[in-house]
Amino acid sequence: MSDAPSHDTAFVRDAMLPPAPAPASSVGPLGWLRRNLFSSWLNAALTLLSLALVAWLLAAVLPWIVHSSWTASSLSECRAQIKEAYGPEASGACWAVIRERWAQLIFGFYPSELYWRPILAFGIALGGMAPVLFPGFPRKVLYLSGAAPFLVPWLLWGGTVWLPVAVALGFVLGYAAFRLVTPFGGAILGTIAAALVPVMWWFWLAGPASGQLQAVLPLGIEPVSSRSFGGFMLSITIGVTAITLSLPFGILLALGRQSRMLIVKSICVGVIEFVRGVPLITLLFVAWLLLNYFMPPDTNFDIVLRVIIMVTLFASAYVAEVIRGGLAALPRGQYEAADALGLDYWKAQRLIIMPQALKISIPGIVSTFIGVFKDTTLVSIIGLLDPVGFSNSIRADVNWNGIVWELYGFIAALFFVFCFSMSRYSMYLERRLRTEHR
Amino acid sequence: MKKSIIPGALTMVACAAASAGAATLDDVKARGKLNCGTNTGLVGFAAPDANGDWQGFDVAVCRAVAAAVLGDSSAVEFVPTTGKTRFTALASGEIDMLVRNTTWTFSRDVDLKFTFVGVNYYDGQGFMVPKALGVSSAKELDGATVCIQTGTTTELNLADFFRVNNISYEPVPIETNEQAQQQYLAGACDVYTTDASGLAATRATFEDPSAHVVLPEIISKEPLGPLVRHGDDEWADIVRWTLNALIAAEEYGVTSANIDELTATVTTNPEVNRLLGTEGALGGMLGLSPDWAVKAIKAGGNYGELFEKYIGQNTPIGLARGLNAQWTDGGLMYAPPFR
Repeated sequence: MSDAPSHDTAFVRDAMLPPAPAPASSVGPLGWLRRNLFSSWLNAALTLLSLALVAWLLAAVLPWIVHSSWTASSLSECRAQIKEAYGPEASGACWAVIRERWAQLIFGFYPSELYWRPILAFGIALGGMAPVLFPGFPRKVLYLSGAAPFLVPWLLWGGTVWLPVAVALGFVLGYAAFRLVTPFGGAILGTIAAALVPVMWWFWLAGPASGQLQAVLPLGIEPVSSRSFGGFMLSITIGVTAITLSLPFGILLALGRQSRMLIVKSICVGVIEFVRGVPLITLLFVAWLLLNYFMPPDTNFDIVLRVIIMVTLFASAYVAEVIRGGLAALPRGQYEAADALGLDYWKAQRLIIMPQALKISIPGIVSTFIGVFKDTTLVSIIGLLDPVGFSNSIRADVNWNGIVWELYGFIAALFFVFCFSMSRYSMYLERRLRTEHR
Repeated sequence: MKKSIIPGALTMVACAAASAGAATLDDVKARGKLNCGTNTGLVGFAAPDANGDWQGFDVAVCRAVAAAVLGDSSAVEFVPTTGKTRFTALASGEIDMLVRNTTWTFSRDVDLKFTFVGVNYYDGQGFMVPKALGVSSAKELDGATVCIQTGTTTELNLADFFRVNNISYEPVPIETNEQAQQQYLAGACDVYTTDASGLAATRATFEDPSAHVVLPEIISKEPLGPLVRHGDDEWADIVRWTLNALIAAEEYGVTSANIDELTATVTTNPEVNRLLGTEGALGGMLGLSPDWAVKAIKAGGNYGELFEKYIGQNTPIGLARGLNAQWTDGGLMYAPPFR
């Protein structure tokens, strides 16, 4: 009975059907189009409308971009060339101004035979940041990260090699003071010594010491004054310094604001609220004007340095508040768990609190950074020639007077590259740190 | 008690600054460079060229002073200043002199404590309109929309002019000259008003300059000139007489082309001899070398040569000499005698 096929059933298929390919309308480019652009009548209409808009924009802008002149040496020559090449009605971009002045827009007045120095400095800064930003880098590159803060300013401003060495020595002295004082005076006195000794060294001794060393063993490269800085080099110098310094300062300010120690707390609240309460332009004017009046005469306190300090202060205050938001978002249990494990304050912050708080704060921190980088263009108001300021100076040349969109387009494109990479990096970082829902 | 400390400290700082600025000449010589405040960019007056060298009519004054004092017209550190930072830059000692098309006014001279040493360009506020508007006089501008830079003396002059003539206007505030150009060309305003030299420079950049006219009315006096801090008369004298030397050189026919010839031999004109240092000791009285004026004139040429090179009829800006001609040609350029 069992081995005879049952004849009750009319037909039993004994082989599986091969899987048929999905209908042509739901796979491949066609399927993608249907799913994403034409999934309903409304979406189809919106798609067509957007396409029309894009086409209209391109039709308006593309001829202007393409019908251009790259070789002219003045605006009127540009116009003549465009008229000759594309007919009397054509109007096109005069990219020749970018060809002639791109180096100025990027390096400002930096001597052209020394362009390798800012380029190398930029490379070192990138290389120094890489192991901090990406985990895949060999750890040995961290030595470069340690050296970069001293190498980069030396390459940019030039001068004796002993000054950055003397500045670096300050950190060594601070560490030594900490190790020497802690066994006798305890952690608090050690920390105070570690802060005081290097500051005193930098203020009073580092300059003369480097001068002496230079006299004994002259080693150095040609100095370049801050007045020569301009264009994107200036923006990047101010922006990168302010960004890298404002993160640690911001963390300290945020922690200080949550501190239970009254003086620390009041100072941090005061700094944050004051700096956030005044516009950046005001701070820049303070950097330019008031510091000049208050400094003793004949002190030459570098203007770019003054601006960097002010922009760093400004960014730190904002970063501090973003991080405070991250700290507030952590459940109380995390703090209590850290206490229950017997961790001291700094260990709890380093191992439990900060990794979580910073992760929450990434989008806010990065948008602060992007904002700071774009705000560097405000320095044109106090007469420093950043890209926007320089575009004005180029326009003051008789040959290029009247050129607007080409210069702004070039500047916007470069700013877009920097800001877009920052925002992409922040998204990458968020993905990498998304640990809880894997 | 506490209150008195801050003004006291300020006074001390001010005194210290004044005493530091007292010997600007020594500072400049010790530094080996002249810190000259100039514009961040103004067509014809100050602009960096493709090599990053500053060029222009105002810049030429800086170079002449550097040549007179240091013997090298390139020994200048140009400090670009904006309208907001120029006076504090000078007062705080950041710059030794300011040549930034700055109008000589009572309050700037007296209240802000500066010394205007002369005038290198007599300007005045004018109007530019499209030819299609069919206007031939500013008095016909009743009800017009006017593009005007905010926060400048031009804004006040404009209000005065329209009030005096009892006609109305609608201001379109703009921030920079290039913004004004865009707005004006786009038709956002009927009239653009600023200094006549600026109007000429702006008009020269238009695709069709002949479609726009600069109206004949000049509604303000804008004597533009170099200035220094109060309190250092020796330094003010140096800047003043360097400018005068450039103007006098044009009057006496001393040019950068024939100056070597004129210096080589004592000429028959004693005024030229005193100017060029081949007779008398005028340079020594200033604390400079006897050939200070020769160096200043060689830096770029005499006043007329500079005018033609940077803003004159043969440049795209194409300004006529007008008020800036020598007094012998009916202008206002008049250098006091060199004796």
